[in-house]
Amino acid sequence: MPKATRESFGEAILEIAEKNPDLVVLDADLSKSTMTQNFMKKYPARHVEVGIAEQNMIGIAAGLALSGKIPVLASFACFVTGRLETIRVSAAYNQTNMKIVGTHAGIGIGEDGTSQMGLEDISAMRALPHMTVLQPADDAETKQAVRWMIEHKGPVYIRLTRQKMPDVHGAEYRWSLGKIDVVWQPKTAPAKLQATIIASGGPVPCAVEAAKSLESKGFAVRVANASSLAPFDSAAIARFAADSQRLVTIEDHNVNGGLGSAVCEALAESGRACPVVRVGLREFGESATPEQLYEKYGLAAPSIAEACLKNLPSGL
Amino acid sequence: MPSATLSPIDLKNLTRDMRVDIIRMIEAAGNGHPGGSLSVIDLLTVLYWKFLKHDPARPDWDQRDRFILSKGHACPALYAVMAHRGYFPKSELMSLRKLGSPLQGHPDRLRLPGIEFSTGSLGQGLSVGVGMALAAKMDKKDWKTYVVLGDGEMQEGQCWEAFMSAPKFKLDNLVAIVDFNNGQIDGPVKEIMDLEPLADKLRAFNWDVQAIDGHDLAAIEKALTNAQRHEGRPHAIVAKTVKGKGVSFMENNIAWHGNAPKKEDADKAVQEILNA
Repeated sequence: MPKATRESFGEAILEIAEKNPDLVVLDADLSKSTMTQNFMKKYPARHVEVGIAEQNMIGIAAGLALSGKIPVLASFACFVTGRLETIRVSAAYNQTNMKIVGTHAGIGIGEDGTSQMGLEDISAMRALPHMTVLQPADDAETKQAVRWMIEHKGPVYIRLTRQKMPDVHGAEYRWSLGKIDVVWQPKTAPAKLQATIIASGGPVPCAVEAAKSLESKGFAVRVANASSLAPFDSAAIARFAADSQRLVTIEDHNVNGGLGSAVCEALAESGRACPVVRVGLREFGESATPEQLYEKYGLAAPSIAEACLKNLPSGL
Repeated sequence: MPSATLSPIDLKNLTRDMRVDIIRMIEAAGNGHPGGSLSVIDLLTVLYWKFLKHDPARPDWDQRDRFILSKGHACPALYAVMAHRGYFPKSELMSLRKLGSPLQGHPDRLRLPGIEFSTGSLGQGLSVGVGMALAAKMDKKDWKTYVVLGDGEMQEGQCWEAFMSAPKFKLDNLVAIVDFNNGQIDGPVKEIMDLEPLADKLRAFNWDVQAIDGHDLAAIEKALTNAQRHEGRPHAIVAKTVKGKGVSFMENNIAWHGNAPKKEDADKAVQEILNA
């Protein structure tokens, strides 16, 4: 059943908290939105409400982590990663064991508009040494990633959606850090696929829908899900470049510094040649329904399908 | 552990020796921050010899008190204190700011055992101290957390978020000490962005506040003794200090905020400190 990844996160920490007494949760007046409120109700002594003060939340989390706690701090992706320098020092440089949860990723939040949309958070977090950066796509993946994150020693940033996400993984799916997984493989396998789509987070189901529609028109397109932005699965990109006519990156985030950049970096360093089409934000967003925005900014299935086929600027 | 048996004269002599270390290590490094190191050294001395529960042989002892130098640029003072307390050999002081040295330009907890939190970006230390004190409360531990802030640093908004939050959590196991030397890079704090009336502001934030002379060792000891009380409120000590204290040509001279003395000036400074 479709579920927002923020909801899956809220359920996962509630479950983990039962067995792990060191887990504490911090909020900056958004517990109803970040889905930590059930934790707050069940474990009030392990919940820290700091008010609308994200920098202080990050610092308090560092102090808790350095004293043996496993702090999970949650806010909107844009607000918490907007405190980049605080995260740089209190989380990354000090290598504190804090888990930063950024919900309301991208234009997928809809009507609230640009100021509430996390659109540069992945680029900011990916630039920090020691920071693990995750973006799960559905319920099963989110719960496994959250469980891993709590076990892992070191700072983690996890990016979650406001909007409901259909399952792109089956019950047998096992998430692992730093691995890109294929969520759609075309039934026919020509010498070279028309394209491999590499998507992350909100638009992953749209990419699968696009690949399905392309298959019905005779085009073979694979869809890969990049849930781990740092560390990044560079080897998978090199493999895709070898058997695809092009790589198409799809992200509800700015293309600069996000998934699109990560793919281009991995490709360039692999020494292989393959055209890349980067689909994502190149501007700020705006207010509208999530569906309207995905359509307008090229993240809905029809525009993804088009990106897989249209002539490349270079004429390749 | 605290060395409560130390006489006032011993303490005074220690601050004198460590002032010399501060000058010599910054001279050897060729850069660094003498002004704020000399203003804070008396506070650190009383804290590290009379109050802080710690064991230099076991920097990760879990019952230790926590100390954060939020004004990280004054680390020559902290390094001198740590060397004299036995965290590392005094000879290492001269490696300050050199390639591969644990004595980084600003304190680095992963390179120097005994540093609780890597600072240098002003404004972050008190929040971390709040987190540590909160952890002690959650676990019902009796260790305390001490944070030293600079006055200029308190222009950072995050400091005020932290000051606002500690009383909410009733952190009477937290002591914030402000090294109020009225100097910052661009000029006197009073002109750049006045903090006064600082003690009143902190009182209005529901802290237990004491205002003292930050070079009077007995006054520092008394204030820290008062700060041991557990009455549900965090403790602030606003310590009026002199930037560059102990070296006449550095005192209240902002040129010595972040400049290293050359040999001639360093020799002059050391002579003055030793003759005082």
